[in-house]
Amino acid sequence: MRPLTEEETSTLFQKLSKYIGENIQLLVDRPDGTYCFRLHKDRVYYVSEKILKLAVNISREKLVSLGTCFGKFTKTQKFRLHITALDYLAPYAKHKVWVKPGAEQSFLYGNHVLKSGLGRITENTNQYQGLVVYSMADVPLGFGVAAKSTQDCRKVDPMAIVVFHQADIGEYVRHEDTLI
Amino acid sequence: MEARRAEELLARAERAEAEKLRLITVHKDLELEFDLGNLLATDRNPPTGLRQWSGPGLEAQLRALARDNVQLLINQLWQLPSERVEEAVVARLPEPSLRLPREKPLPKPRPLTRWQQFAQLKGIRPRKKTSLVWDEASKQWRRRWGYQRARDDTKEWLIEVPGGADPNEDQFAKRLQAKKERVAKNELNRLRNIARAHKVQLPSQGGMHPTGYQSRDELGKAMQVAKVSTASVGRFQERLPKEKPPRGPGRKRQFQPNIGDFAAEKKSQLELIRIMNSKKPRMDVTRATNKQMREEDREEAAKKRKVAKGRGGKRKGRPPGPGGKGKGGPPGPGRKRKGGPPLLGGRKGQRQGGKRRK
Repeated sequence: MRPLTEEETSTLFQKLSKYIGENIQLLVDRPDGTYCFRLHKDRVYYVSEKILKLAVNISREKLVSLGTCFGKFTKTQKFRLHITALDYLAPYAKHKVWVKPGAEQSFLYGNHVLKSGLGRITENTNQYQGLVVYSMADVPLGFGVAAKSTQDCRKVDPMAIVVFHQADIGEYVRHEDTLI
Repeated sequence: MEARRAEELLARAERAEAEKLRLITVHKDLELEFDLGNLLATDRNPPTGLRQWSGPGLEAQLRALARDNVQLLINQLWQLPSERVEEAVVARLPEPSLRLPREKPLPKPRPLTRWQQFAQLKGIRPRKKTSLVWDEASKQWRRRWGYQRARDDTKEWLIEVPGGADPNEDQFAKRLQAKKERVAKNELNRLRNIARAHKVQLPSQGGMHPTGYQSRDELGKAMQVAKVSTASVGRFQERLPKEKPPRGPGRKRQFQPNIGDFAAEKKSQLELIRIMNSKKPRMDVTRATNKQMREEDREEAAKKRKVAKGRGGKRKGRPPGPGGKGKGGPPGPGRKRKGGPPLLGGRKGQRQGGKRRK
């Protein structure tokens, strides 16, 4: 376990800012306690200082997880966001997408969101912007990337993909063994 | 007549004697100094006779001088007590009086060997030992060490197998092996002492002695060193089929401590975020074009409504609805546009953007 280096921190923040913009400072600087990012076996964990001090006493091989896993660094040092980060990113999301009930199940199985399943989308969404996907009952379902900007979404045909699937809460069941 | 001849003969004989004497007698102002043990004669007479130091006569004069001095030396030798050794008359030379200087410089004192240092430290003095020891087995006096020594355990004809040893082990071979190892160790120490005496820098042997009880890491290190110890410094060494190329001795990465200064960490992260935000362009071209497109959509919709209602409607432009362009609006019907966004960008878009920013 170790803190992130400068490059790793910048990669992480760039990825997070795609979804929550400048609200990252609310994650870094919290009024209710000191939280920090730690790297353990290529995974980034967001953990409070109290828990961190306890976790330091566990050896590297025996430690499985601590705090919340935000994602992991791949072999080529790219950051991949996991669904476990949803609880922390959903409240600060800049751009959101609401999905119709029919397409909700399809998204939870790992498919992309088509125009026909799109309920609402925030204004001013650029193409390839990071999105948080909600159901119509305002339940966060996962992460996505806008395939088209909001303007283009209006004009495109119903079978076109509007949101690329990144992560969904169905992964808790599907990828049980690889998700920490 | 005969008397005259006799006189002549006598005179001739006398003259011959005188000649001979003259030959062997040399007159010198100063006597020569002789060191007969070194066959040395030292002539201290000033060379006044030799007037001409150059010219053809010089050679003859020098030769005459040398002949005179040698004659005197030989005269001295004939005066020594002579003896007869195997049909030759030999003169016994005395001890040389002149001490010749050293040909080579004095040898430097050698550094003490390891044993000598230890003995000096502990105050151990060499004990005199007898050179011969009584050997009970062969019932004779044998030397303490060396050829046919008294107690040579490699020469025993019967060895009992010790209690805990493997019955199939060869005890004779074991003893021979132990002897070889002792000899090798002694040789190594001797060479090391010599190297120390000549101040030769020995390569340090950090854990590369083949003990037989080396760990995996030590063996790996020894293997690496062996690989590099070639004339090409390991460049053309073959590798096993699945062996990875060795990692260079690069510097290890340093990380911040795990529980370091949390405040400092927070500060650096916030700074990073600030820089990241400041680097983003203020004026996002795509956003501007999207805004422009929205404006134009609105204008077109307003125009169409006007045309549809005719001139009856009093309101000039429909004011934008509260949620019309917001989140709540359903996606409008697809409309074909003639000029794409690239035509709208640029001057017009910037103007609109400036307006909107208020």
